Amino acid sequence: MRPKLTVRNLYKIFGKNTQAALERLRRGEDKAEILAQTGATVGVQDASFDVEEGEIFVVMGLSGSGKSTLVRTLNGLIEPTSGQILIDGEDVARADAASLRRIRRDKIAMVFQHFALFPHWTIAENVAYGLKIRGISKDARRARALEVLEQVGLAPWADSLPADLSGGMQQRVGLARGLAADPDILLMDEPFGALDPLIRRDMQAELLTLQKTLKKTIVFITHDLNEALLLGNRIAIMKDGRIVQTGTAQEIVTTPADDYVAAFVADIDRGRVFTADDVASDAITIQLRDTPVREALRLMEKHGSHALYVMDGKRVAGVVTYRDLAACEMDTSTPSPTIRGSMITDYPTAACDTQLHELYGPAGQGLPIAVTDDADRLVAVIEPGDVLAHLSGDATANGADANGKEAAHVQPG
Amino acid sequence: MFSPADIATLPFDDWVNGFVRGWLVPNFRPAFRAAQVPISAVLAWTEAFFLFVPMLVTTAAFALASWLTAGRGMAIFTLVGFAFIDMIGLWPQTMTTLAMIVTSVLFCALVGIPTGILAARSDRAWAVIRPVLDVMQTIPSFVYLVPIVMLFGVGMAPGIIATFIFALPPIVRLTNLGIRNVRADLIEAAEAFGSTRWQMLWDVQLPLAMRTIMAGLNQTLMLALSMVVIAALIGAGGLGLVVNTGLGRMDVGGATAGGVGIVILAIVLDRITQGLAERSDVRGISLRQALANLFRLRGTAPAAETQRAA
Ligand SMILES: Nc1ncnc2c1ncn2[C@@H]1O[C@H](COP(=O)(O)OP(=O)(O)O)[C@@H](O)[C@H]1O
Ligand SMILES: [Mg+2]
Repeated sequence: MRPKLTVRNLYKIFGKNTQAALERLRRGEDKAEILAQTGATVGVQDASFDVEEGEIFVVMGLSGSGKSTLVRTLNGLIEPTSGQILIDGEDVARADAASLRRIRRDKIAMVFQHFALFPHWTIAENVAYGLKIRGISKDARRARALEVLEQVGLAPWADSLPADLSGGMQQRVGLARGLAADPDILLMDEPFGALDPLIRRDMQAELLTLQKTLKKTIVFITHDLNEALLLGNRIAIMKDGRIVQTGTAQEIVTTPADDYVAAFVADIDRGRVFTADDVASDAITIQLRDTPVREALRLMEKHGSHALYVMDGKRVAGVVTYRDLAACEMDTSTPSPTIRGSMITDYPTAACDTQLHELYGPAGQGLPIAVTDDADRLVAVIEPGDVLAHLSGDATANGADANGKEAAHVQPG
Repeated sequence: MFSPADIATLPFDDWVNGFVRGWLVPNFRPAFRAAQVPISAVLAWTEAFFLFVPMLVTTAAFALASWLTAGRGMAIFTLVGFAFIDMIGLWPQTMTTLAMIVTSVLFCALVGIPTGILAARSDRAWAVIRPVLDVMQTIPSFVYLVPIVMLFGVGMAPGIIATFIFALPPIVRLTNLGIRNVRADLIEAAEAFGSTRWQMLWDVQLPLAMRTIMAGLNQTLMLALSMVVIAALIGAGGLGLVVNTGLGRMDVGGATAGGVGIVILAIVLDRITQGLAERSDVRGISLRQALANLFRLRGTAPAAETQRAA
């Protein structure tokens, strides 16, 4: 499928002589040199990336790295010096004023760092702004505004003025205003940058919750790596106007493209970056029925594992360990024992997107952790040792990562 | 000592005379005459209106407006001041002057606000408009009285035209300033949601610039008042004429009476418009709201506040 948004070889140079500066850039001169020689400031250089429908694409970089410039070219607030920006195949970089307006009204909305709410209008009027621009009737606007305000939990403030709301609430309004016109793409330029850390965390969680139902294509700008890792399905890291690496949080943490990125991710809490998915491996299961202990022991020996998940039809019934079964086999009082008697039903579980730091506890039980999907089906298991190996970031963790990816998609037989 | 005049003297005054008398007046006098028709019409209408409405009704209306915008003290001042004007026998002249002020401020607003908007939205337009305003503000008004009389004749309308030239710059400047000072991130937000230039103007720029525009209107009004006496020199009547007549006859009492009338009118109009400008506070309110505020009882909170409290 075609990506929702495609950016190809995008350049933005501020100042006069942009063409001369562009030549120099392509010849390989750097930003500082060009500023000194031509007086032109390089905002973005040679940015290329795709944003898939429904994903949160985070652009991360230090202040001045060109994030705001990049995001403003996407809706034409800044006209790029060269390059392509395709939204559903239409090039924003070459759109005339009328097409740009249409794209902004129908397809792409923006949330701003300092909220940019209109101080002379009520919250509901602010939220309805995009609809007003489109010429939608007053009643319909208000109804839609209240609906969106309900979603962000601000319906009771519909008739207040922005000045009466706290920063966090104001940004919820900013978000609601972006969502009201139901755009395909949401651009967010450091939306939580002006908020207190605690409020920021709430807002991040709320955005993730909203995104589960909304499934918007979001381009999210931040200078905070933790925020990037938390929110981004994929992350682009910018430095001096250039994108130095694009990848998932896990890819960026495990294989930084250069020293710059490596320095960035050095202090990161890996337990919050990786999820159950990353360490999970293929689940070997056995059906409950009247399976004899011996058969289970043979299966474990074959796979070299110390525990097996027991399925009752499609449902997980419990887990059996090699040690328990071996003891049972030794005990000759029952002639042909089944696994039922040795099954542990109090087994640890996790979801695919459970973060590793939440698995410390379950891993302590010494049993493999069952990774289940929304329908409570077993999709993979996590060996307790892999959790710790992954957190320390050693080589074996990468191996587990690779086969874990496969395992997540394998349905247990 | 050598001076450039030893080499050549320039008959600059003759050139101007030639230009105005020889070319402008003969060719364009009818056009200028026609141009003053709308001014005369508006003036005739407002003057008739103010002269028709009984003194007590006008006074009550102004006192109410003062009360709503500037407080009780100002309302009392308005009552006392207007009564005083009536008692010194200058009520009709005051109403004539008021009509002239209203007419010239109306035309200043009609021309000045759109010009200010134009200047705010285009640096090139501002580059042209700005020096024109500078000239308008620096030329002594007596200088343009003569050509105005030549082109328009004498009377009320030429007086208003002179007033218009004198009082126009502040409203243009402050409209321009107000719109240019609207927060850049709000403009960006409006643009990001796909607004047209007109939508941006109506929804964002004008409401948020309203306070500054109102301040410009106040300044324009004050300048218009200060032209009353000068305009009377070219045939405009009202309080200016009273002052001039007093001056001509060395009648200190008459001149002072006219002067006091002008001052009272100036204070009342100034406070009312200032109050209006302050009402368009940081939030910036629309003209409609500003007018609504004028007619809302002062004691009650604006609608937004009531809703907030609820
Ligand atoms: N309008 C402008 N004119 C000139 N230079 C600009 C302009 N906007 C941004 N820049 C420059 O472009 C670079 C990138 O800025 P910006 O995109 O705002 O970075 P960020 O959002 O990552 O902090 C900076 O060096 C900045 O000074
Ligand atoms: Mg920025």
